[in-house]
Amino acid sequence: MNNQFPITKIIDDDGTLLDTSYEEQLTEALSYHLYHHMYRIRTFDRKAISLQRQGRIGTYPPFEGQEAAQVGSAYALGEDDWVFPTYRDHGATLTFGADMTRMFMYWNGRVEGCVPPEGKRIFPAAVPIATQIPHAVGAAWAEKKKGTDNIALVYFGDGATSEGDFHEGLNFAGVFQTPTVFFNQNNGYAISVPFEKQTNSATIAQKAIAYDIPSVRIDGNDCFAVYFTTKEAIDAARKGKGPTLIEAVTWRTGAHTTADDPSKYRPEHLGTDTVDPLERLERFMKTYGHWNDEKIAEIEQTCQAEVETAVEQMENASQPNVDDMFNHVFAELPDHLANQKLAYEAFLKEES
Amino acid sequence: MVQTQTASATKQLTMVQAINDALKLKLEQDETTLLLGEDIGKNGGVFRATGGLYDTFGADRVIDTPLSESGIVGTAVGLAVNGFKPIVEMQFMGFIYPAYDQIMTHVSRMRMKSMGRFTVPMVIRAPYGAGIRAPEVHSDSAEALFTHMPGIKVVCPASPRQAKGLLMAAIEDPDPVLFMEPMRSYRAQRETVPTDAYTCEIGKGRRLHEGSDISLIAWGAMVAIAEAAARKAEAKGISCDVIDVQTLYPLDRDLIAESVQKTGRAVIVHEAQGTGGLGNDIVSLINDEAFLYLRAPIERVTGFDVPVPFFALEDQYMPNTARVLKQIERAVNF
Ligand SMILES: Cc1ncc(C[n+]2csc(CCOP(=O)(O)OP(=O)(O)O)c2C)c(N)n1
Repeated sequence: MNNQFPITKIIDDDGTLLDTSYEEQLTEALSYHLYHHMYRIRTFDRKAISLQRQGRIGTYPPFEGQEAAQVGSAYALGEDDWVFPTYRDHGATLTFGADMTRMFMYWNGRVEGCVPPEGKRIFPAAVPIATQIPHAVGAAWAEKKKGTDNIALVYFGDGATSEGDFHEGLNFAGVFQTPTVFFNQNNGYAISVPFEKQTNSATIAQKAIAYDIPSVRIDGNDCFAVYFTTKEAIDAARKGKGPTLIEAVTWRTGAHTTADDPSKYRPEHLGTDTVDPLERLERFMKTYGHWNDEKIAEIEQTCQAEVETAVEQMENASQPNVDDMFNHVFAELPDHLANQKLAYEAFLKEES
Repeated sequence: MVQTQTASATKQLTMVQAINDALKLKLEQDETTLLLGEDIGKNGGVFRATGGLYDTFGADRVIDTPLSESGIVGTAVGLAVNGFKPIVEMQFMGFIYPAYDQIMTHVSRMRMKSMGRFTVPMVIRAPYGAGIRAPEVHSDSAEALFTHMPGIKVVCPASPRQAKGLLMAAIEDPDPVLFMEPMRSYRAQRETVPTDAYTCEIGKGRRLHEGSDISLIAWGAMVAIAEAAARKAEAKGISCDVIDVQTLYPLDRDLIAESVQKTGRAVIVHEAQGTGGLGNDIVSLINDEAFLYLRAPIERVTGFDVPVPFFALEDQYMPNTARVLKQIERAVNF
């Protein structure tokens, strides 16, 4: 089975071009855009970890190591497409246009963090594993029914493929030929459970065969392979050719979350031979003369300033509003809930 | 409350350590016992409730399953009817919902629909509740979804010693038991816990504090809130009878009835939403058993009828001492 889904790459670990059919498309501009996004989300991610350590936000699930998978895929989306992320996909949603201050707020226990910018079709991050997969099929189905060429892309991990929702989503997408891209980041582990113990299948890509959905297995740390493969799947979906499953093989460099200790279950040597996705792009850019120290320094400064500003805005945001707990449960607050809210407000006044 | 204590050796344990201790003893005592769950093996569970057990008992008995709650509970049904004693862990109660179908349609009905031929003596452990700044969905307190379900017992300890004894009893019980573990209490206190095996009887509550003016009725993490409110009330001259319900299904009707017959007043405290909450069954129990003794309407302090909010607002959602004290005074001053 493994042979049926070899890992495809466009550039190699050392940055050399492997698939020359893409040569003309690997422009300096594209390299810079991808590098910028990857550097930006990495800066966000590292900042979030340090904020958690200082007690300034809650538990946080880092995505370091998965930047190429998240940026390459999100960068391939069209403005009006839909995205269904998990809790680990803030790199993807930031690339697609989510607001950074709100991303920090999300991890600071603020529901405001789920709300996308006006018009942006980004679902709140799914916390229960795999539950977002059927949603993406439904949203794509709706686009198809409406006759648009918009698509829906859903992120999920290797662990998610064990849940029923994954299989149900794929089956519906196959039956109704919805314009859905199933984007799997196989980062090797679901918390402490290695991929080999999660499933008896050698790959995730092969699971699509059962639903007669086309699938590919790519090097998820090769931002070009991710970008072009996702773009091809998206284009096919736009043209009415139905869903695709992409397995992006990548690596979770850090812990599952800031509350997790991978030394308990993951042998230390594992992953050490994985070339960092940013470094890999840097090697390519240097080999092809795209790398300009000044331009890069500028990108780095811009990103750091943006992250610092977002942190400040998160920390200066107005206090969480007790009313928000009640106000958004129904279109109209039912009487009993309105009474609970009033009584609690009165209580808080008395107490203060 | 400790019923079959056999030795006097004790240890100072937190609740999560006491749970670990109970699991260890049962794995030692009975080789048909199996633990199943996500990340319970090498990782020892995300709260370390199964810490060290994989090393001691091996991968065939402390089993990291694929990430599938329905798969875990569904296969545990098959294991249980076929000679094993599965103790499964739902990583958080907020993730038990994919297994709800299995629990509702099979776990709780197998004995009934096979007229006793097939039984499912399994334990489903589920850390529950708010107050630890966890991400969305992790903080649910979903006991009422299960106390409404005939055929499964629901147990919820409030202290390390009770946790060990109740878990051992749950494992020995011939029927399925949902064992809810208050995450907020996992490491909140250490208590003297007997080293040997013992059980605390399922179906029995316990009185933590004897009082005459009002009954405070709570379980899990809310027991500590009720006790704190009781201390404040005592300072104001109100004497509280504090009851830890501990078995949510079947309820200890006698204990609750007797307490309220004595005090004539009651405040029920739970962190789950009020509407459809177990507190309402306790109101109805009191109505049945102690109506003519009541001196004031029964008060409830519960979570609001909203999804448990993201953690920036979780303290606003949960009952606290001040809210409980206010209802105590309201009842007493009625
Ligand atoms: C239904 C459900 N069960 C359990 C959990 C607890 N949990 C959170 S993340 C996780 C592992 C997910 O692994 P994977 O799908 O590979 O994604 P990754 O975290 O590696 O990105 C688990 C078990 C959950 N969030 N939802």
